[in-house]
Amino acid sequence: MKLTHDSIERNVWLMVVLTILVVSVGGLVEIVPLFFQRSTTEAVAGLKPYSPLRLTGRDVYIREGCYLCHSQMIRPFRAETERYGHYSVAGEFVYDHPFQWGSKRTGPDLARVGERYSDEWHRAHLINPRDVVPESNMPAFAFLEGNPADAAQIETKMRRLRMVGVPYSDEEIAAAKAQLEGKTELDALIAYLQGMGLELKNAK
Amino acid sequence: MSDFVNQFWNWYVILLTAISIIACSVVLWSQNITPVSSGNAATTGHVWDETLEEYNNPLPKWWMWLFHITVVFSLVYCVLYPTLGSFQGVLGWSSSGQYAKEMAKADAETKPLYDKYLAMDLPALAADKEGVETGKRLYLTYCMQCHGADAHGGKGFPNLADNDWQWGGEPAQIVETISAGRMGVMPAHAQLDAETIKDLANYVRSLSGLPADSLRAAKGQKAFNSVGCSGCHGADAKGMAALGAPNLTDKVWLYGGSEATIIETISKGRTNQMPPWQAFLGDAKVHVLAAYVMSLGKGGESK
Repeated sequence: MKLTHDSIERNVWLMVVLTILVVSVGGLVEIVPLFFQRSTTEAVAGLKPYSPLRLTGRDVYIREGCYLCHSQMIRPFRAETERYGHYSVAGEFVYDHPFQWGSKRTGPDLARVGERYSDEWHRAHLINPRDVVPESNMPAFAFLEGNPADAAQIETKMRRLRMVGVPYSDEEIAAAKAQLEGKTELDALIAYLQGMGLELKNAK
Repeated sequence: MSDFVNQFWNWYVILLTAISIIACSVVLWSQNITPVSSGNAATTGHVWDETLEEYNNPLPKWWMWLFHITVVFSLVYCVLYPTLGSFQGVLGWSSSGQYAKEMAKADAETKPLYDKYLAMDLPALAADKEGVETGKRLYLTYCMQCHGADAHGGKGFPNLADNDWQWGGEPAQIVETISAGRMGVMPAHAQLDAETIKDLANYVRSLSGLPADSLRAAKGQKAFNSVGCSGCHGADAKGMAALGAPNLTDKVWLYGGSEATIIETISKGRTNQMPPWQAFLGDAKVHVLAAYVMSLGKGGESK
């Protein structure tokens, strides 16, 4: 069969195959090889899987839609690194499933917010942002203080994450529930934030 | 792009890229037919309204040329920039390289200024209008989130605009506070009974000249020394900068001076951290920030 305008247009399956072939080239060249590169698949030095408390906090972060206003991706421009610290690199996100890079900044980027403020600051800020930053338009998350951290699912979550490559040991999973005892969702969220981006925090 | 786990992916990228460019060229070349405008030439085969047909003509020449230009562009791009697997391109461009260049240029611009500031001692810099203005810009980027845009602080976050210094107001102490951070700990005094704590709270209020129950204040004064408050705050309750123990005789309150708040402070304790900034900001910026903070304290009223 000759590939003419006529034959392609009159044979819908041929057209489907040829269309898929053309549109897949970009992904095959630009996305697929990323799964086979060291810089995108290996953790940066010092990066550890999320502790049970931080993992729980991360789920609160996702549930509350923090990513809608906060990105976690510092781009390699001076205007960003002077403010936030070293630009983000792929190896910092290998234990993130899914990553929270985000694409919108109503609030500041959070990729390196870890240890930048005190725990007490985060507590005051999450309960009522206006108490510490009068200009802020962030919603208050005071109710997190009254919610106990969800311990029922933590072992399942960790086992599922292990299936996609996060190196949790059996001992860590067994000890997870105990670490959430007496913690609130506010504690978990603060723990999550305070651990963010520390590996390259002071790198130049 | 030089860190593929093996060479297969290098060649995979090169081949797919090359095949795509060649395929585009072949398609373009196959369309290189002579346009016809009359006679018995081939048509697209479509017939509308009984007799209306369409000649199988190529796109206009200028349009075709745009496609040819994209092919040429992609070839030039492949040579200049990192496109073909591990090949870095003859320009050696990388996003991190571009960033390093941007930073080097900025450093070259700002270094003379920071060197000048570093050479000035803090009181001199705090009196320098331009230096203070520079410090203010840095302050508004890195410090205002806790201490406020006007540097007046908030509950648990010290006011920098007054002349009261929890950790000391000497130049070296301010630099130390910003560089290494501070961790202030007021221990919880759960072992004390509620009455004693209330006495103490009244004593602390009386020290600042606030209305207090004088009977309780007198009992509180005794307890102040016997339960160990003076160990950190001093027998005269004027505080100890080395420990970050606040002066209790002034009217400056970090958490609030109401009886209820003081009782909460004594019974539950307080932990308050100033994060360290030296590693992140570097000496020069810390120096300028310290000067700015000093300049703020100067204008404030001393109580």
